[in-house]
Amino acid sequence: MNLFNIINEIEKIDPEFNDKLSPRRAAIKNITSFGSKVTLAAIPFALGTMLKRAYAADSVIPGVIEILNFALTLEYLESSFYNLATGNGTVIPADTLPYFITIRDDENKHVTFLSSAIITLGGTPVASPNFDFSGGSGTLTGPFTDVFTNYATFLKVATIFEDTGVRAYKGQASNLLSNKDVLTAVLAIHAVEARHASAVRQILKISPWITSTATLGNDTGISLADANYQGEENVIQGGIDVTKLPALAGNATDIAVATAAFDEPLTMAQVQNLIKIFIQP
Amino acid sequence: MLCFFTLVISNNNIFLSLSYNTFIHLQKTLKVSHSIPPMKTDLKESTSQINTARRQFLRHAGISAASLGILATAACHKGEQIRVKPNKIDIGKDDISILNYAYAFEQLEAAFYTQLIQTPYTGITVDELALFTSIRDQEILHREFFRASLGANAIPALVTDFTATDFTSKNSILITAKFLEDLGILAYIGTCGLIKNKDYLTVTAKITSVEARHAALISNMIAPGSFSGSDQVNAYGLNNSLSIGEVLYLINTCLKTKVNAVYYDYQA
Repeated sequence: MNLFNIINEIEKIDPEFNDKLSPRRAAIKNITSFGSKVTLAAIPFALGTMLKRAYAADSVIPGVIEILNFALTLEYLESSFYNLATGNGTVIPADTLPYFITIRDDENKHVTFLSSAIITLGGTPVASPNFDFSGGSGTLTGPFTDVFTNYATFLKVATIFEDTGVRAYKGQASNLLSNKDVLTAVLAIHAVEARHASAVRQILKISPWITSTATLGNDTGISLADANYQGEENVIQGGIDVTKLPALAGNATDIAVATAAFDEPLTMAQVQNLIKIFIQP
Repeated sequence: MLCFFTLVISNNNIFLSLSYNTFIHLQKTLKVSHSIPPMKTDLKESTSQINTARRQFLRHAGISAASLGILATAACHKGEQIRVKPNKIDIGKDDISILNYAYAFEQLEAAFYTQLIQTPYTGITVDELALFTSIRDQEILHREFFRASLGANAIPALVTDFTATDFTSKNSILITAKFLEDLGILAYIGTCGLIKNKDYLTVTAKITSVEARHAALISNMIAPGSFSGSDQVNAYGLNNSLSIGEVLYLINTCLKTKVNAVYYDYQA
């Protein structure tokens, strides 16, 4: 086994490896330059030391497998939710049942896709948690206790899940900059979640896009979900205050338009904190 | 062919006018779309294991440019009506090119919805007018955002061509709106892997999901429950994507100013 084989093997596990390495070429050059002095058996150890150094500065950026497992957990949440709701036969009226069967099928496909992507990349898919769709952190007596018997509550939880899902995927885009294939797949799922979010919001008879005020991101009227929409009121995009850009008439853009035109991301930690109430410890 | 039949079923009124154009242009459309060269970036891709995964899961991702081309024929310019020698502009390369590409697309969308609100279709409801006005304002802001971001690097304002759209007909409007909104998502997903700057990547993702919200609404207006249809979302539950060349080939049917992308091996 030579050094390049080792690197190839590592790349199978962590496709970002090469990119993480490249800014630190000097460290790698050290290995090769005194390679003749290092015994073959010592190379893996030497490389391990170098890897720790190479990875240290990037430790805050989640790896590809971690991101995919994070996404998989969200998809477990959504697919379990719609599997239960469409399976019990009473909470969703017949006229909108086809909408939720479409969404359910998409979420189940996402679970299958992400699981196989993780395996293909050499990772291990996380197991599904047990969920508490009442939002009671495992007590089963949270604020959405009637989620599978009251259609209005069901729609609220569905809206929260879909809009938060869009934000969760979006938040990982910049972490996948060095892996364009996973990035493309993640943003392709993200667009489907946005299609779902729009459809559920249409059923709820609210705007299909998130229309915030200057101080409140949440436009759903579900005050329990304020934190899920926090930050949607942002109007600074790429350093530009978009309310200062010209509209069709006038030299400024309304806050409603400025917030509706851009969906905002959430970090992995923010999302994990938000979905905690739906997961049994 | 699937798109063609969907189109016919969803719009009986357009059948007669479309079928003629469609049948005479069908073979030409297929030939042209197949001649689109592969993108440079595809050729440059490394052959790591992840690409094997990509091939496995994205194999079914692309809807054919040919089927969309038929839809473009319906949505945008009519047959042989362009007589003026068209201007051509190029989006350039690197991140600037992706922003200009998005800017071109948002110009097209903004122009379409601006015309729609100026001359609303027969029988438009108060709710529909409000929704389309909101979409118009968002598309104008997307356009202005890219214009402001690009500054001196921005391509010029484009002259659009919606002569094939009957702005008095709700069906005709919905077909063009679906074509544009779905294509916007295909375009943004298709280019996300080319962006180098993470802030640009995030901001285009912010717009991608808003376009998907629009697309889901328009699809449901055409056929309730079709917000995540098999014409847009593949067997793995992933939204499809298209390359720069494929998208420009399609949107140039709605533009008098032709947009090129020489760096990505596409010329109108």
